Amino acid sequence: MLETATRRKKSARSKAAPHERFLEAFRWMLLTRTLEEKLVSLYRGGLITGGVYIGKGQEAVSVACGLFLQKGDIFAPLIRDQPGRSAFGEPLLDVTRTYLGSRQGPMRGRDGNIHRGRPRDNQLAMISHLGAMVSVTVGALMAKRFRGEKNFVGLSCIGEGGMQTGAFHEGMNIAAVEQVPLVVVATNNHYAYSTPNDREFACHDLVDRAIGYGFEGYTVDGIDLTNCLDVIGGAVKRARAGRPPQLVVASILRLSGHGEHDDASYVTDEIKREPFARDCLKVAEQTIVDLNLADTEALAEWRRDAAAQVDQAISAAQKEAAPEGDKEDWCAISTRDLVDSLE
Amino acid sequence: MSITYLEAIREAQAKLLRDDERVFIYGQDVGGTFGGAFKATKGLAKEFPGRVLNTPISEDSMVGTAIGAAINGMRPIVEMQFADFSSTALNQILNNAGTHYWRTNISVPITVRLPSGGTKGSGPFHSQSMESIYAHYPGLIVMTPATVEDAYTMLIEAVAIDDPVIYCEHKYLYYHLKADNLPAEGLPTGRARIAREGRDLSIVTYSAMLHEALAVAEQLVNEGFEIEVVDLRSVKPLDTNTVLASVARTGRLLCVGESFPWGGATAEIIARVTAEGFHLLDAAPQRLNAKDTPIPYHPNLWSAHRPNANEIARKARALLRE
Repeated sequence: MLETATRRKKSARSKAAPHERFLEAFRWMLLTRTLEEKLVSLYRGGLITGGVYIGKGQEAVSVACGLFLQKGDIFAPLIRDQPGRSAFGEPLLDVTRTYLGSRQGPMRGRDGNIHRGRPRDNQLAMISHLGAMVSVTVGALMAKRFRGEKNFVGLSCIGEGGMQTGAFHEGMNIAAVEQVPLVVVATNNHYAYSTPNDREFACHDLVDRAIGYGFEGYTVDGIDLTNCLDVIGGAVKRARAGRPPQLVVASILRLSGHGEHDDASYVTDEIKREPFARDCLKVAEQTIVDLNLADTEALAEWRRDAAAQVDQAISAAQKEAAPEGDKEDWCAISTRDLVDSLE
Repeated sequence: MSITYLEAIREAQAKLLRDDERVFIYGQDVGGTFGGAFKATKGLAKEFPGRVLNTPISEDSMVGTAIGAAINGMRPIVEMQFADFSSTALNQILNNAGTHYWRTNISVPITVRLPSGGTKGSGPFHSQSMESIYAHYPGLIVMTPATVEDAYTMLIEAVAIDDPVIYCEHKYLYYHLKADNLPAEGLPTGRARIAREGRDLSIVTYSAMLHEALAVAEQLVNEGFEIEVVDLRSVKPLDTNTVLASVARTGRLLCVGESFPWGGATAEIIARVTAEGFHLLDAAPQRLNAKDTPIPYHPNLWSAHRPNANEIARKARALLRE
């Protein structure tokens, strides 16, 4: 796999050799897995309210989404995009503060879990209504174009479930009409909550939709990190170079419930035996071992480092104050003198 | 010089495009040589190349795109071809624009223009008044200008405001209403205006119904009544103080709105006045809205569906007799 990758041109972002980029990606994936296992345990222990939504099985796709973006690019992550968020620059504290409801987090207890974002830093804050963020990403890119900025791209994540919404369709169409430098990465994890693909869509292959929208379309094996880096990195590069918007469709199996409240008992044994059902993190680690990209001590050290970072972020957030109803600023607009007062 | 309500909207947009490079206009048929279904952007695409942009028939993504541009420093104006069609953009307006400041501390300075209200023959899908729906949700400012002057100054103010503004412009007023000049500035948003002073009854209204109410007030002078008419100008924020002050003078309240009757702006006014000014009332407050059916096509039915001067006068007389 790596040999194939080494023949490719270097990514726009990283001057590192491909195997170094592979290892960097692996470490974000490892950090995510460590973080999310901890979040699940906090949720099971009753320390997280609302829900926990993890991206187990999707880490390779997600990390590739964040890794090739540069400062000034726009990233619209979705539910299962922790590795991409981290690679794009989201501090772990943002995650733990949001899940644990700290007032100091980016959402200050006003919104939770995966709805967080830092729009000022170009990481958009998703709403739950799927497909809505595609056109928002388009608008962000248009703003940059209006201002005469150059060399930027946007990347918007979606799942095969979200691809069936009207908002997604409108967003894709308007992206192509506006010819913005956009990459849409769609991960087919084979279930929309509990609903399998055959009740989600009836087309032969989701990537075929690319041509209908005026996108260039690519498929990627979502359990193969090298392939993810190659295909998504290539799409980002093409969008940055002025090619039409890019659609990348990845195939994986969601190796968890929709959220941690969901035991995923509807996932069939048959689908668990599919090649796309393998765990991308284990596959990536095996690649590292097989190609001797890092020794066992280095792997152990990375695990220790990930655990330490996660522990630190959780312990810091746990010490912080929660929001309080009687001290909250109950104001939904920024223009204070236009607040409608019922007093 | 004589300028219509519609021309005032066009002039406001021309001024905004001229004065502020962050402004662009986004909507169906607004660009090219066409200039919009009602010509509210006529000539602007030529005068401001690349800043008055036609969109596909995609209300959701029109607003989504405007949100993305707004949080990245632009001041987009979205023109809905008809207010009715903004229903297919409700998700972006209510759940994305309306929640964004609260959630992220980053405001969303978009202006969504809604050609609102009924005209003869327009039927169920080209006649709606949506202000009560937008006012119900947090995070939005809802303007309902009733005069040429307000159409102009409030649109300029809408774009200057850092929060999402739903600007409900009334199609019936587009050509019917004229003014001699456009003012440099108007009353600030959130401040209602006493459109006519009186002592016997307060009619509180907004948008096109203001003119029906003023006609009724004139008519009832002959019967010996002096009716005060309050133009709310914006339904959110709602200027409760001005309404209460008016009711304190008259002791009687009639609220008139063109939107559907269940809930809404008129109900909100009555709820507030009853809660905060019960002691000021000499009679039970009343309201008048359109009928609780879809808006009919035929002019005979349409003119009976919306509140009209006859209905308002009938309701006013009943209140004045109490």
